Amino acid sequence: MDKSARRKPKKQKNYLKKRFFIFATLALILVVGSYFSERLCPYDPYEQNLSIAKASPSLAHPFGTDRYGRDMLSRVIVGSKTSIYSTLLLVVGITVIGTIVGIICGWNGKKLDTILMRISDIFLAFPGLVFALAVAAVMGGGVQNAVIALGAISWPKYARIARSQTLAQKESLYMRAAILSGCSTGKLILKHILPNITGPILVTAMLDIGTMMMELAGLSFLGLGAKPPVAEWGSMMSDTRNLLTTHPWVTFAPGIAIFLSVMVFNLLGDTVRDLLDPRNER
Amino acid sequence: MRKYIIQRFLQLIPILIGITFLSFAMMRVAGSDAVTEMYENRGTAVSQEIIDAKKAELGLDQPFLVQYVSWLNGFLHGDMGTSYVSGKKVFDEFVSKLPATLLLTVMSILATVVISIPLGVLAAVCQDKWVDLLLRFFSFIGNAMPNFFVAMLLMQLLSIKLNLLPVIASGVNIRSALMPMLTLAISMSAKYMRQVRAAVLEELNKDYVQGARARGIRESVILWKNVIKSAMLTIITLLALSIGSLLGGTAIIESIFMWDGVGKLAVDAITTRDYPVIQAYVVWMALIYVIVNLITDLLYHCLDPRIRLGVNQNG
Repeated sequence: MDKSARRKPKKQKNYLKKRFFIFATLALILVVGSYFSERLCPYDPYEQNLSIAKASPSLAHPFGTDRYGRDMLSRVIVGSKTSIYSTLLLVVGITVIGTIVGIICGWNGKKLDTILMRISDIFLAFPGLVFALAVAAVMGGGVQNAVIALGAISWPKYARIARSQTLAQKESLYMRAAILSGCSTGKLILKHILPNITGPILVTAMLDIGTMMMELAGLSFLGLGAKPPVAEWGSMMSDTRNLLTTHPWVTFAPGIAIFLSVMVFNLLGDTVRDLLDPRNER
Repeated sequence: MRKYIIQRFLQLIPILIGITFLSFAMMRVAGSDAVTEMYENRGTAVSQEIIDAKKAELGLDQPFLVQYVSWLNGFLHGDMGTSYVSGKKVFDEFVSKLPATLLLTVMSILATVVISIPLGVLAAVCQDKWVDLLLRFFSFIGNAMPNFFVAMLLMQLLSIKLNLLPVIASGVNIRSALMPMLTLAISMSAKYMRQVRAAVLEELNKDYVQGARARGIRESVILWKNVIKSAMLTIITLLALSIGSLLGGTAIIESIFMWDGVGKLAVDAITTRDYPVIQAYVVWMALIYVIVNLITDLLYHCLDPRIRLGVNQNG
């Protein structure tokens, strides 16, 4: 948005499209790559081999091995599946739930709106990770529960956006025309409201992927997400924490993996935001 | 203004009830067999009668709402139950650890303000110059790093390589607080600097700035007298909003650096399934967050004459 102000609009649009193409490709590589992660890793990520435990980085083991002699590169690659897929599932889940609640509130108004919005107020009153910690603790950890915990606290943001957008659309002229011409409620919502409110929701969701990935990793780090020996970046870092003084690469490898994936999704999110920014239209 | 304050306080009531109810319900669902678990934690096998007797003693056999009301009543009187593990009063334990967390939180916020506001303003003023690009690059990197990763990098660099600061805290003192503070401040500043930059840029692009420039007012005067002053409102609000993530972040950071605050207490409680402690943690953090938001909101109204006057006109 900022860099662009001085560029000509058309040139700017092309530049953004190019940027989008690059980051979308990178994100796609991550997603597809993590799907086939088991086949991509050079060693069995769960096979212990104590004779090569705590090996330093070498050609055979670029990230070294952990204290059970498991190849870190393979574990980082396999860990991508848990981290990336649970994050995407989480973000898609809260986006869909939040949007549905938001549209219902905005469309319906009246009592239902008040009740649902008060409920979302309560969730918004908790500091996010604190609530997720408690929910995950209550449900006893595990990736699935960590996803539910973060989802429980994160949907209201989307409900808020969807509601205000729906309200704005409801008042618009074309909406009245559609109502007058006898559109059914279902059609009004699906054909007219939904396509018009997806922009801001999509941007929020894209920008949330990175944050959610870090928060999920944080929960796993505390032992509330994936449990060892399952390879997940957050729990791998906490698992190898005491090797930090002597074998820092073992701890840093999954950290760098989180960092790079979050960065790719953040860059993609920023680009989508700029692309959908009306100031860059024309 | 007074009307607004009263109104704002009234709005708080349902939220507070909601927070306490949700926290209570969550723990009750989880701790429905808290008694069984308590005995399991102690490693003793007991008969069903003893469990039932204990449940009756703790009031766990009563209807849900009755339990909630009596729990809330206790909570308001400073009684949050006893820890399953240590057997101590949760409230006392909590209050004794709260200062450490508050110290860390306040220090981190101060550090964040000191780091990110000047840098954010600088980046906005030098928009698209190399300073701006460099700062944005750093903020971008910081944004993509989970705070526990930052913590480990700092440990590796400052403690192990340079041997400047202790790896883990030894008691609650400023020296021990430096590492966790830096970690939290770096993570927060990365996000916050971007927001400060955006707020200042938004203000710089307004018409009055161009008007002032046209009248030949010095750039520095415009910046300090007008732009920063107006952008300050947004900056304060954004800072308050980020306190939520800070409060959550302290849990992880405290337990990494063995900083003896409520965050570490909560994480330890989670591993031992000490529900009263977890419950106390959630309620307290939510309360602090709500209060911070309230103060920000009121401050906002005091600082912004438009809103202040608008409210006065209505009331």
